[in-house]
Amino acid sequence: MKTKAVLAMIMALTFSIAAQAHRVWILPAATVLSGEQPWVTMDAAVSNDIFHFDHHPLKPEMLTVIGPDGKTVAMQNAHVGKHRSTFDLELKQEGTYKVFSASNNLQARWEDADGKRKFWPARGQMPAPGDFEKSVPKKAKNLDVSQSSRRLETFVTAGAPSNQVLALSNEGLEMKPITHPNDLFNGETAKFQFYIDGEAAVGTKVTVIRGGMHYRNSQDELTVVADKKGIVSIEWPNAGMYWLEAEYEDSKGKTPATKRRGVYIATLEVLPQ
Amino acid sequence: MIKHSTFAGMVLLAASTFSYAADMSLSIDIPKLEVAEYHRPYVATWLQHQDSKAITNLAVWYQLDKEGEGQKWLKDLRQWWRRSGRSLDMPADGFTGATRLPGTHQVKMSDVATDLPSGDYRLYVEVVREVGGRELLNIPFTWPVKNSQTLTAKGDAEVGLIELTLSK
Repeated sequence: MKTKAVLAMIMALTFSIAAQAHRVWILPAATVLSGEQPWVTMDAAVSNDIFHFDHHPLKPEMLTVIGPDGKTVAMQNAHVGKHRSTFDLELKQEGTYKVFSASNNLQARWEDADGKRKFWPARGQMPAPGDFEKSVPKKAKNLDVSQSSRRLETFVTAGAPSNQVLALSNEGLEMKPITHPNDLFNGETAKFQFYIDGEAAVGTKVTVIRGGMHYRNSQDELTVVADKKGIVSIEWPNAGMYWLEAEYEDSKGKTPATKRRGVYIATLEVLPQ
Repeated sequence: MIKHSTFAGMVLLAASTFSYAADMSLSIDIPKLEVAEYHRPYVATWLQHQDSKAITNLAVWYQLDKEGEGQKWLKDLRQWWRRSGRSLDMPADGFTGATRLPGTHQVKMSDVATDLPSGDYRLYVEVVREVGGRELLNIPFTWPVKNSQTLTAKGDAEVGLIELTLSK
């Protein structure tokens, strides 16, 4: 279990550096389910276009599924393909489930004497204690040391929505839904509140992009900025699946970090009236 | 003397609070459609009080089967699912039933009429058909009514004429 968690952290860290030009997402086939113990299938991928599979799969082992009672739920029929991975969930309990991955790590970048860009930790490496002091220079050109958090989430509900999975961990950049994420409808305004390490993430920049990028000429993204309480309001212009990315930065990093950064990504389904 | 006027007062009070003859009835036309693969539609009909937002379910017709597989599609009755269905244990007493064939169907509302609180309401009829479309109709009305009346609405594709008869 512990090894798996470490592995997940490494992979998440790898993606946080390597996949910055790409978009990561989990895509449920549906987010509102009815019936006795319904099944739902999900895709997970890293891509350019939302929600098209054109780059890399996101491995199911990097994701955790939490049920309405707070316990983990096993993925079934997981498969990794060339451009996407898929897995099924059997929703045995009524309520809301969360599928997510989260990491929160110290990162550094700088330029050496030859002007070459350096990163710490190196790709795919899990640093040992004391490694930061050994590997990262105290002084360097464009030295940037940050506490960097990255969280990826989606939600599905069988029957009536529940709230236990919406609870915050108080680590890194997170979203607390004021409007339940599986109760989103075209033409209505949803409110979400962003937190950084448990405090209101004032000024979080939120970008929302509707799926179906192949069928139009522009991203058509909506951008909103979180207010003093970390709250954003989004009035959905169309029904569809939406990719939401929130970015936050401040200079309240815990030593040796000077900066604190967070990225939060979610897939949200907006139904027609 | 006092006894008589008190009795008269009670009768008047009763008449203004309870309308013993007040009644409601609803009929729904399910159209006959000429399609290659026809499935009887799922139908939900309910009242919503405009102030309290309270829901009174009138009828939900869906595929009833032993394994409960027909419940998988209840969420396609999107508005009904959101306002009521998702919080219920199906099948629910008194208003759930099997899907209906094309034709005019009556929905019993007399029991509902008996203790329906006064106010502004909307009647909703939501219809969705497998490999077909979805339609949502509504009729606003105020209860109780001063004069008996029949209110109607007509769908374009998945549902025909709906007639709500309100008697005082």
